[in-house]
Order: sequence, then C-alpha cells, then structure tokens
Amino acid sequence: MSYKGLSHYRGTLWLFHQFGQSSEMHSWVLCENYNWKTRLQSSSTFGCLSEMKNGMSAARRLFSASHTTVDPKEVKKFQLLAHKWWDEQGEYAPLHSMNDIRVPFVRDTLLNLSSDHQLGSPLSGIKILDVGCGGGLLSEPLGRLGASVTGIDPLEDNIRTAEQHKSFDPDLDKRIQYKSCSLEEIAEESTETFDVIVASEVVEHVADLETFISCCYQVLKPEGSLFITTLSKTQLSYVLGIVVAEKIMGIVPDGTHNWEKFITPEELECLLESNGFLVKAVNGMLYNPFSGSWSWIESTSINYALHAMKSKAQEQSSSREPPSEAEEEQHPARANTRTAV
Amino acid sequence: MVGSAMAAALGHDVHFRDKKIVLLEAGPRKVFDRLPESYSNRVSSISPGSVTLLSSFGAWEHVCSLRLKSFRRMQVWDACSEAMIIFDKDNLEDMGYIVENDVIMSALTKQLEAVSDRVEVFYRSRAVGYSWALPYHTSDTSPWVQIDLADGRRLQTKLLIGADGHNSMVRKAAGIPDVCFQYDQSAVVATLHLSEATDNNVAWQRFLPSGPIALLPLSDTASSLVWSTSHEHASQLLSMDEESFVDSINSAFWSNINHSDFIDTAGAVFRSAISLLMPSGSAIRQLPPSVAKVDPKSRAMFPLGLGHATEYVRHRVALIGDAAHRVHPLAGQGVNMGFGDIACLTHHLSMAAFDGKDLGSMKHLLQFETERQRHNVSLMTAIDLLKRLYSTSVAPFVLLRTWGLQTTNALSPVKEQIMAFASK
Repeated sequence: MSYKGLSHYRGTLWLFHQFGQSSEMHSWVLCENYNWKTRLQSSSTFGCLSEMKNGMSAARRLFSASHTTVDPKEVKKFQLLAHKWWDEQGEYAPLHSMNDIRVPFVRDTLLNLSSDHQLGSPLSGIKILDVGCGGGLLSEPLGRLGASVTGIDPLEDNIRTAEQHKSFDPDLDKRIQYKSCSLEEIAEESTETFDVIVASEVVEHVADLETFISCCYQVLKPEGSLFITTLSKTQLSYVLGIVVAEKIMGIVPDGTHNWEKFITPEELECLLESNGFLVKAVNGMLYNPFSGSWSWIESTSINYALHAMKSKAQEQSSSREPPSEAEEEQHPARANTRTAV
Repeated sequence: MVGSAMAAALGHDVHFRDKKIVLLEAGPRKVFDRLPESYSNRVSSISPGSVTLLSSFGAWEHVCSLRLKSFRRMQVWDACSEAMIIFDKDNLEDMGYIVENDVIMSALTKQLEAVSDRVEVFYRSRAVGYSWALPYHTSDTSPWVQIDLADGRRLQTKLLIGADGHNSMVRKAAGIPDVCFQYDQSAVVATLHLSEATDNNVAWQRFLPSGPIALLPLSDTASSLVWSTSHEHASQLLSMDEESFVDSINSAFWSNINHSDFIDTAGAVFRSAISLLMPSGSAIRQLPPSVAKVDPKSRAMFPLGLGHATEYVRHRVALIGDAAHRVHPLAGQGVNMGFGDIACLTHHLSMAAFDGKDLGSMKHLLQFETERQRHNVSLMTAIDLLKRLYSTSVAPFVLLRTWGLQTTNALSPVKEQIMAFASK
C-alpha cells in the first residue's frame, strides 16, 4: 500500500510539472491518460491481483463470493475513519456540505415527479435505499424530509456510527433502518422494493459497476429513480480530486480515491441505458475548498450528479429483445470484470 | 413579545409543519376579550419591515383590528439650537406605527393558538437549568439541549432559541459573553392627552442635554411619552403632581432656555448657506401639540443600558431580541431589531428544514449571526453615538451636530438611506 501511495505521489508532482510546461506536453499527458484507460479496460484482472498482493487478503476473505460489488481494499480505507463521520469540520466536511446541493437535487427531482406531496415532510411515503450510507450523512436528511430510508454499508463500524447517531432522534429512529450488508444481499432478498436508490459518492469505490447497476435495477420499482453522485474520469478530476484534494490541501484523506475507478458521465450513462435505465439528468458539481461549499456547474468533468429512472416493464422487455451494439460491447467487459473479482 | 413572535413565525412556516415547537412563557396568557379603554404606557414603534414579518403569519391583521396609530412624519430637533431634521415620505405612505405592546401580544397569542397543534405554550413556566450538547458526538451523552423546568419537567430540543430579554438566562447559562453598560439615564413613560384634537400623525423627538424626549401618536387626542433623562430627574418626574408633570413636558418641548446666541447665529448662517445652494431643500418646521393632561397611574420608569452579545449562536443555541442586543430607545429600534432577528432566523431555519438538516447545526446558525450582527452592530453604534453627541451642551459639539443635522436634513438621498435602514 505504501508503495502504491508513493507512486501516486510521484506521479502527482510529475503531472503538475508537465502542466506548467507547455501545451505540447499537455497533449502528451492526455495521451498517457488514454493509455492508462485502455490498459485498465484490457487488464483489470491484473489490477485486482496486485491489490491482493498488497496484503488485503485478510479483509478480502471477509467479503467473499456474494459481495461482488464490495471492494475489500476500499472497505479497509473507510474503517479507519468510521468514527469521524459526524464531525462537520473534519475529514468528511465536504460530504456534509454536499448535502446542501444533493438533498435539494433528490428532493426537487422527486417533487417534480409526484403531483401531490405533504407540506412539511415532502418525501413522506417514499421508500429510499441509501447504498453506501457511511455514517448516515445523507440518510438522516432524507429521513427528516419524511422518506423511509434503508441505509446499507458493507462496513459494520459505519453502520454502528449511523445507528447510534440516529438513535437519539425518535422521528429518525422510526424512519431509518441501517443494515451492514452489500447491495447484492439486498437484491437477493428483495425485488422491486424501493422507490428510490441513492448512491452518493459510492460508485467510484465499487468493484464491479455493472453488477452494481443491475442490482439497482432489480430492487427498484418500475419507474423508480436512481441518483448517483461521483467523480468523472478526466485529467481535471485527477488533478483536483486526487492531487489537490488529497495530497496538497488534504480536504479528503490521502488515498480516499483511486482515479482508475472513476467513471465519466458518458460511460456511466451508457452502462445505465444498457441496463434498462433512462438517464434524465446529469449535472456538474464544483467544490470550493475555501468557502467549503458546493455549487452546480455546467461542466461534468470533475464531480457530477446523475438522475436515472428505471424504464417501465414493457418498454424494458421490448428494448431488450434486439440487443444493441452498446450492449454487445459491454458484454466482454462484463465477463472480464467478473473474472477479475 | 419577541419569543412569542418567533414561535408564531415558525409555527406558521410550511416547512415546520412536522416539527414540534414549545414556547416557555414566564407570564400568564394575555389575550383581550375586550379592548381596554385606556392606552397602555408601554408602546413600540413598529417599522414597515416588522409589519411585513407580522403580516407573514397573520398577526398584523389582528393588530389592525385592535388599535394602532400610524405616523407619516418624524421631526427630530435640538434643544440647544434651531437645527432639526424631518423624515417623511412624498407619497404620504406610513413611516411606521405606534402600537401598544399588549395589543401586539394579544395578536401574537391569537396566532399562536391558530397553530396550537404545532406550538405548545407553557404559561407561567420557568427554566431552572440547561445542559448543553457537546458539539461532537459521543455515545453516552445526549446530543440535544436539555432544559429543566421549575415544575420538575425536563425537555430536550435540537435547537434552543433564547428570547429572554437583556438579562437572558440562556445567554448566561451558555456562557456567551456580552458587552454591556448602563447609561446614566432612565426612561419615563406615560400616556398623555393633547389639548386639542389634531391629525397627530407625527412622531416628535427633541434632544435635551439631559436626554431625548419623544411624543408618539396613539390617537387624534392621545400620545405616548418616552422621556430619557437622568435617574434623579426621572424619579422627580414620577413623584411630582400631574399638573407639574404636564408642565415639565410642555416646557421640554417648547423652551429655548438651552439656546445660546452664538450657536443660533452660526446655525442660521449655515442654514441660509444651504438654502442658497439648495433652495427647495428643507421642509418647514412644525410645532408639537401641547399636552393637557397625563393619564393617571400611567407614569413609569425603567433604567436604560446598552448590551450586545459577542456571539448570537452556539451549537444548538441562538439568541434573538434583547437577549442578543439592547439599545437606547431614542431611535425606537429595539423591538424592530428583534423582529428583524426573527425574520432572518425563520428564513434560515425554514431553508434548513426544507433541506432536511439538523436544525441545531452551526452552519445555518452562523449565517443568521453574520447577517444580523452586520445590521445590528451598525445600528447600535449609530444610536449610541447619537446618544453621546446629544448628551452635551458644550458649544463645539453643539455646533458640530447642528451643522451635521442641517446638512443631513438638506440631503434627501442621505435621509432616504437612513429611513430605508431604519424601516427594515
């Protein structure tokens, strides 16, 4: 792990250096990134093998077979920070302030979809699954708006923190339930159960995104909504999301993100559409580290939020029959990642 | 009053439909079955901004149906010179309203009862202890504020709003430091009857060297007195017979005993200079109505002071009204500042509720604090400076304020700015 961290760091300084030099160099960097991407796609098996070598096998054993979307290395990362979730000024400060835009995004999208809502608790009667709920930072506001929320997280420490934090509030206590499990376990026991799934800042930590999305599809009711916020896979997100945020400013703990796991909105859209979702909105988000606040921006090249809806049952089946090219393309990739995990 | 208004404002907010609000009220329930014939001696000058707040939850309608008097003009002048300033609006709009505090309370009580499913009022209750929440979360302590009542009940809340006056227990218990001092003045209040019926739509204030005296309209024939003066003089005013009291008031408004020839000449020269530059600049000076008698038993006095809490908010605590700031009544801004706090805090809490936030979180509370301190501190500083500037009869200061007042009076854009700020 230390070796990996070091190489990241070196890469960082180097990248910065190049950026400062000239536009010629810039285009070269672009090329290099492109190479990484292609290499990653063709040999994700290799990536995982090296993770095992890095001493993750113990944690890995805990999350065997059924936990295909849970990445053990990611789990370990968050274990160290489990008790820090509710410190508004601490490591998770950006996630706290992200609530200022992601809660309204979810709320307003859902309010626009439904004709009538109860004043004072606009989300009442809506069943939400919060995947990768962490300490419950997003589950609690959604619960306060009246939704009944199920928060899941593979890490038991997170669930304990979340459970304990909501226990003092009788209203939240009855509206929110937390479970330490993976999305697959939810998918195994339930189909078409939830009106809404939120996966905020989660998909960049997921081991197998394709399985993740098909699980989402399965547990969502027809026309249910899926909300995703994540980081795009661009040079800019590498520089800002990893170099600046983790290494220079320390906004996010070092090693929180692995750029190779980021996904561009186009790729994510493609993946969602081929799995029976209709993508309704993709909005760029920008974090200002000086004011500690988030705002919506045009560009989706760093952070973005996405809203997709599960298409109606019949539409789904008709579109499935002649498999599109995109889907065919996806299949080898899917096979590839499966073997990797 | 500010506490009841806060509870009523939150109780009527759409995003607070599902929240539980408790108002701890030390006094008994006060609502008029029938409006008392005589005016109360405790009145407030209500700015258009405060009217907007009271209208937002329906209390202003009740005030209008009970009793109020609007004023369209404000005349402020100096006892040591001819200098004066007149605030009025071209289109004869109301500048503000003089309303008895009891009338406001009655209107608020009615509006609190309209939302009794959300707002519970504990009359004659008293908090005896507070235990504060730690800003960080631990497993064995409550993350909420706990309040112990004198009757043994214990409440817990996500947000405690302290609106308990300038001796705020909440502020002291939370350990929030405040800057405060007593003025060497007390205010004498009384209900007065005028010699003859007039339109009575002007708020009059004259700065005497001992302190400002104000005559605020209550009806065509009645006005309310707020006279800030030395403690000894205030006690004298309270103990003298009614006739001498009325004479003292009339001479305070009419007497030129504090004038000096030098200042009068200097003022006159300056005024003619201004009228040369701006021929249409200044309005005509009016004379206040003369007072015929004082309502028996309406005389009262209370000491004056200045206070300002260095912080308005802590984790799960917010201070509003006199608990956060106490001012001299010379500008009639005390209650309006409190209502301004309510409008601002309600706005931020309503947004927080609609975003599903923890209401006691420092994030939005700090926004409230910044916004209000910016407004309140500048207003308080101005009021305190005015008080000091007019507490003297030393010639250079008198000359300075005479010229200052004359200049301000001639500059309508400046006056408009002052009015806009004070009517918030």
